[in-house]
Amino acid sequence: MGMTMTQKILAAHAGKDEVHAGELVMAKLDLVLGNDITTPVAIGEFPKFGRKTVFDREKIALVPDHFAPNKDIKAATQCATMRCFAKEQSIKNYFEVGHDCGVEHALLPEKGLVTAGDCIIGADSHTCTYGAVGAFSTGVGSTDMACGMATGETWFRVPGAIKVEVKGKFRPNVSGKDLILHLIGMIGVDGARYQSLEFAGEGLKSLTMDDRFTIANMAIEAGAKNGIFPVDEATLEYLKAHGAKEPVVYSADEDAVYERTVGIDLDGLEPTVAFPHLPENTRKIGDVGDIKIDQVVIGSCTNGRIGDMRIAAGIIKGKKVHPDVRCIVIPATQRVWLEAMKEGLLEIFAEAGCVVSTPTCGPCLGGYMGILAKGEKCVATTNRNFVGRMGHVESEIYLASPAVAAASAIAGRITAP
Amino acid sequence: MKARGKVFKYGDNVDTDVIIPARYLNTPDMQELAKHCMEDIDASFAKRVQAGDIMVAGKNFGCGSSREHAPASIKAAGVACVIAATFARIFYRNALNIGLPILECPEAAESIEAGHEVDVDFETGAITDLDTGKTFRAEPFPPFMQELIAAGGLGAYMSKRA
Repeated sequence: MGMTMTQKILAAHAGKDEVHAGELVMAKLDLVLGNDITTPVAIGEFPKFGRKTVFDREKIALVPDHFAPNKDIKAATQCATMRCFAKEQSIKNYFEVGHDCGVEHALLPEKGLVTAGDCIIGADSHTCTYGAVGAFSTGVGSTDMACGMATGETWFRVPGAIKVEVKGKFRPNVSGKDLILHLIGMIGVDGARYQSLEFAGEGLKSLTMDDRFTIANMAIEAGAKNGIFPVDEATLEYLKAHGAKEPVVYSADEDAVYERTVGIDLDGLEPTVAFPHLPENTRKIGDVGDIKIDQVVIGSCTNGRIGDMRIAAGIIKGKKVHPDVRCIVIPATQRVWLEAMKEGLLEIFAEAGCVVSTPTCGPCLGGYMGILAKGEKCVATTNRNFVGRMGHVESEIYLASPAVAAASAIAGRITAP
Repeated sequence: MKARGKVFKYGDNVDTDVIIPARYLNTPDMQELAKHCMEDIDASFAKRVQAGDIMVAGKNFGCGSSREHAPASIKAAGVACVIAATFARIFYRNALNIGLPILECPEAAESIEAGHEVDVDFETGAITDLDTGKTFRAEPFPPFMQELIAAGGLGAYMSKRA
């Protein structure tokens, strides 16, 4: 029986020729990731696994990004706990604030730490982002992270898969964010629960790597275990340019078994917005109606890459942010920030009346740097619009692409780019 | 292993942000976090919940963030068991890893109402609503998982085996 791409990677890491959906396997890990919120809990669990040192100091990545730069004394304590552990264990891939740091899922691919064929766990649900480069990668909790750090292995239930067949080409001002919001709207927030989302089809070749990162990043918002893209020229070029390890290319068998197939025609996609309070509440931009907004956030592990900054700056250039709107731009990594500065994008944002922040997850999860008051509405390029996610329980988040977010910041209401 | 307690009932797609809002995640102290458990969906939960109470919810319980603080704060609040129609996968894994018993049972999730007294037998998977007398069947945990839960989680279980 044929295997999906995900199943092939899991089989290889479990030392098996073949695996089937539903089977439990013990698999070797290429990378274990944690952040300043999940790692302190994992450090507390670590001694229980009976090892004094981590399994491989080069295969662990620790990133202070959620409440870093430290937002308060408690957050500072959590970051210090992680920093201290990283030093004690000589963790190679600990990224200090300002020292080439950034939002973990934008940072790791940029640093060449993830490659095609890898098996990766991270104590952060958006760890599924690395499926963009053809890796199996999934979010876990802190105890799993501790187990992974101690032993270099963990168990998985082999997932079945939904095949997402993509054809056509995006129209102007439509991007990966619109694709993934549209897909979540189609299948729902638990539409791919316990499954892989495996992308396929001739339409993929027109997707930029930034589009693919955005799409794989939000696989979890459909409940998926992982989202994964086949490896093509663009992937290999990206991996080479970022100094990644030698890729191992897996592709789904012709006779791979899928639980179902979903088709997406890029030509027919429109800018799409997810209304409060679930990512599945999607509407085409034409059906949004008149919604006045108080804040715009452009950034996050979903849409804080240089391509996103360029799109937003292209729309904002020479215009002014609406006087009733606070527009917060957060380049996701130090490198993105520098590139945006060198290209003059930061100046475009600042001249227009945006505030440009240092890299942080900050407002995306209601940490800091843009918390919403009661009744306020925000257009965000982030990934979740749950009740209270970005502040007060009676605030509202509308998820959208950088293009829609930028156009909305100028108009003061949700609008087409 | 058994549980018996009063039911707190919730709907579909209860996400980990409402189970424990991120604004409190600047501490790994689960007892502290328990004071804010369910705050954004049920503000008085932390005050009303008593040790041994049971949570019942609809589909996709625990969706969203991978924060283990979510099942850990439910456990620290005193909840003995969560019954849902379905669970989001990371939450499912996290709950068992920290020793919070959870059972998937769509029929029980549909039928049992808030405030009912419920009895759960983890060895057989039997869930009994003592107010209506109805019994439902969930898939019981295999023995190793019962041991893991009894030990208090994956870490404690692994160290016992080592």
